[in-house]
Amino acid sequence: MSTIAVPHEAHAAGAHEHHEAIPFIRRYIFSTDHKIIGIQFLFMSLFFLLVGGLLAMAMRWQLAWPSNPDMPLPGGSVLPETMVTDGIMLPEFYNALVTMHGTIMVFFAIMPLLVGVWANYLIPLQIGAPDMAFPRLNMASFWLAVPAGLLMLASFFVVGGAANAGWTGYATLSTSEVYSGVKLGQQLWCVSLVILGFSSLIGAVNYITTLINMRAPGLTWFRLPLSTWALFVTSVLILLAVPILAGGLIMLFFDITIDTTFFRPEGGGQPLLWQHLFWFFGHPEVYILILPAMGFVSDILANGARKPIFGYHAMVWAIVGIGFIGWVVWGHHMFMSGMNPMLGGFFMVTTLIIAVPSAIKTFNWLGTVWGGNIRFHAPMLYALGFVSLFVIGGLSGIFLAAGPVDIPLHDTYFVVAHIHYVLVGGSLFGIFAAITFWYPKMFGRMMSEMLGKIHFALTFIFFNLTFFPMHMLGSGGMMRRLYDPTQYPYLQPQQDTNVFITINALLLFGTQLIFAFNFLWNLWKGKRATENPWEANSLEWSAPSPPPHGNWGGVVPIVNRGPYEYSAPEAEADYWPQTDVAAPVRAAPVSH
Amino acid sequence: MSTAAAATLDRAGSGFGVYNMKLGMWVFLLSEVMFFTGLIGAYIILRFANPDQFAQPGVVLNVPLTALNTFILICSSVTMVKAFAEIEQGNQKGLRMYLLATVILGMIFLGIQAVEYTVLTHEGFVPMSSSYDALGRDGTPPVEGGPLYGATFYTMTGFHGTHVTIGVLCMMFTTFQAFRGRYTAESHGGVEIMGLYWHFVDLVWIILFTIVYLI
Amino acid sequence: MDGFWRLPQNIATFGGDIDRMFIIIAWITGIVFVAVEALLLFYLIKYRGKPGRKAVFTHGNSRLEIIWTTATALIVVVIGIMSRGLWLDIKDPRRFPEPGLELRITAKQFEWNVTYPGADGQLDTADDFVKRNQLHVPVNVPVKVDLESEDVIHSFYLPELRLKQDAVPGMTIEAWFEATEPGAYTVGCAELCGLGHYRMRGSMTVYAGTEWDTWYQQEIQAVAAAAGGAAPLAGVEGDAAPPADVAAAHVH
Repeated sequence: MSTIAVPHEAHAAGAHEHHEAIPFIRRYIFSTDHKIIGIQFLFMSLFFLLVGGLLAMAMRWQLAWPSNPDMPLPGGSVLPETMVTDGIMLPEFYNALVTMHGTIMVFFAIMPLLVGVWANYLIPLQIGAPDMAFPRLNMASFWLAVPAGLLMLASFFVVGGAANAGWTGYATLSTSEVYSGVKLGQQLWCVSLVILGFSSLIGAVNYITTLINMRAPGLTWFRLPLSTWALFVTSVLILLAVPILAGGLIMLFFDITIDTTFFRPEGGGQPLLWQHLFWFFGHPEVYILILPAMGFVSDILANGARKPIFGYHAMVWAIVGIGFIGWVVWGHHMFMSGMNPMLGGFFMVTTLIIAVPSAIKTFNWLGTVWGGNIRFHAPMLYALGFVSLFVIGGLSGIFLAAGPVDIPLHDTYFVVAHIHYVLVGGSLFGIFAAITFWYPKMFGRMMSEMLGKIHFALTFIFFNLTFFPMHMLGSGGMMRRLYDPTQYPYLQPQQDTNVFITINALLLFGTQLIFAFNFLWNLWKGKRATENPWEANSLEWSAPSPPPHGNWGGVVPIVNRGPYEYSAPEAEADYWPQTDVAAPVRAAPVSH
Repeated sequence: MSTAAAATLDRAGSGFGVYNMKLGMWVFLLSEVMFFTGLIGAYIILRFANPDQFAQPGVVLNVPLTALNTFILICSSVTMVKAFAEIEQGNQKGLRMYLLATVILGMIFLGIQAVEYTVLTHEGFVPMSSSYDALGRDGTPPVEGGPLYGATFYTMTGFHGTHVTIGVLCMMFTTFQAFRGRYTAESHGGVEIMGLYWHFVDLVWIILFTIVYLI
Repeated sequence: MDGFWRLPQNIATFGGDIDRMFIIIAWITGIVFVAVEALLLFYLIKYRGKPGRKAVFTHGNSRLEIIWTTATALIVVVIGIMSRGLWLDIKDPRRFPEPGLELRITAKQFEWNVTYPGADGQLDTADDFVKRNQLHVPVNVPVKVDLESEDVIHSFYLPELRLKQDAVPGMTIEAWFEATEPGAYTVGCAELCGLGHYRMRGSMTVYAGTEWDTWYQQEIQAVAAAAGGAAPLAGVEGDAAPPADVAAAHVH
């Protein structure tokens, strides 16, 4: 069929004779199988996505009906008096919500959903390897993320409450309890993120080593799917950026705990030093949060359009280019910070330049769809949604990149609109696409196409209704992280928009129940999946659904072509798996 | 995946021709470079901005003792290199001897650092917010500096010391394995990656010693 | 609030340039947005799948790649060039115009303390006076502001002047503006600074010509009178309404 028989992998330490029953705990809890670990990350991060969403709903409620006794916060009565009093939340709780929404979504939802899940699940499968280079290290990576998450959640319930200095944790608000009212919560925030950082770091070591060393015979770098390329560059970014954050968090922790003065001016410290350290990590971090999604979208668009990805080499160089240039743009988060304006000019230039590789990718996606024979399956819809929404997010970034225009827009809802178009319209749609696409491989069952289409359509609509108006809120001057915008008379005319946004946000959140149901129900009741339900080309589709431990049962796949040979004239079907050895009808060179 | 298993897989080629454990260690060490760069970079920025918070070399910190300590650490890298060379020849006895020497030298390094920390703390040189009055040598008057000196000093050397401690513990494990005859001339990846880590830790120390003690 | 983008009224000399850049970028991105989405939609309809046929088998087009890469690069370069001069004019202290009034603004949780130079026109002299949450400036005069913070990072934000600058503890940061129209405007904080961030609001009053002198003399006399006992202190608490005649004539 799709994988031809090749000499079995030598029965050395790598081969697996796990034909005797593995105890449940070793198999599903403390597993070293990359697929199980990927699924563990999936459940963990979907949970945190839900938590992050709930926090946002509470925030939106307050923004629409600020301190309005006629519109008490739903569920507010179960929360302690230090958070919500008589249905009205306290300002310090609002600031904690803002902080924890960002922190949880970035670090415990989106990042693991893109990397922890898919780097783990896909990399060995897409490169024809039986598992990761370091399976036990992989297990450690997951089991470090869990306590990190628990610590972060616990911080809500300690004296002083959760960290409330923003997910960016700017000093000196974050360094001093005197200013923020929070000490233990902020300390837990630091410790949790250091542990999570370490989890991501050892994951990155695994992914990079595996990708470099363990590709199947014939699978050269330029025959890798763009998912794999994106995950590779993302892993390098994680490897090099997370340690900087760790260093900064350690210094912040010391400032809070033992009164050092790294970031506190009374002892000669510099608040701006924190910002530089944070954003030097933080900017590569946002590319970590988008690149894998871009990779998945490329693979799914090609599959849905039944065409090779347009401009594969350009796409690879765009990913690499974003990875490189992403290191020298961090100052665009600091245009108003008081750093030297000449530096600001430098960062403006580099930030505008990084728009170019993103544009290249967008045009190539258009090129992929052009001339296609498009199948509108659910993953394809989400991927198309990604393209259409990421464009908006990218374009709004141009406003922010131009220094003078950033002056009125910095720290307003224009930035919030931009962030959410790229992180939700981009990353989250990419995640929905990926989950729906690889669900059959993971669980051996199909999700419901109809529910997927409904979820896509409603999410797309409510997402735009929620976040597009935020551009205007921002250009109209509404600042971020405002507990009660009506305190500013010039913002009062915009309050109707805040109500409109909240209503749509609630509808958007409610719509996710469809996805949750679709996901959970079909784990047990879904139609059984074949090996290759999407008629795709990359290596994972030549393994059973789901693959056994070792993925191909000891057989090493041999790769004969790239992953995008859809609608090739030489092949009978409109797809041509990488491992197929069908002879071409005519001696056409396999070009890229 | 042991080196043997990786070698039998006729894979697409790494481009580096380096087996998994070794490649993994190099990749990990890259991240460690970034970690120390962050700490050292912050130190450099803070020092340039507040030069008067920092004392001249040798006024507070014990340069001769630390120079000796640096020498000891370098010697431990030499013994590590010898250990690796021995097992490449299949010489079990040489491997065990040199690994043991490396462990002992590493522990001496840590011991001397612990002594130094104790002395400094007694002299009032601590990483807290108040400016310190670390005594100079031979009854000279106290040194007026600033909190950043201690904060940066202990953060940088402390994290380096942590890395050395972890290294010593791992080295003890490697030595234990060596005594069990675990390594052969054909298969001694564990020794090699232990060596890589150890040399890295030594290199970071040389940089730290120069920047923190000598400048 | 003006138009689709709800831009606040602009009374800054450089505000027009900023708004113009904003609109230019809005047009460029708007055209790209419409073109890309329309093309996408068009392709989705035109190339929807039909059974029994294959897609166009192409791996790309190098010439197209070069064209769209160059076009994008050109557009962003142009935006960069157009922005750079204006950026430095606003932010680089070496390019500030000669100020007609110099103020110190000290941010703290959760108020803006504006120090005026007093009768001698010099800051840091004994006759300086401080107003809490009240920024008073004359029209058509470049005003230079030295921003400081007592505690955490705040961000001095004047929406109608298109001005924003963080106030960072341990630093004195300079900013400047020139108002072109008298009236009553907003001072806000644009950086999360604690639980009172949302109410760190002040008022700005821009005075036409002689009205400024009137107000200023009034304040100096009030300070001199108080100097018999207490030190020159903060004036009226909170966001006092501007003098009625100014408010009536020029509120936006």
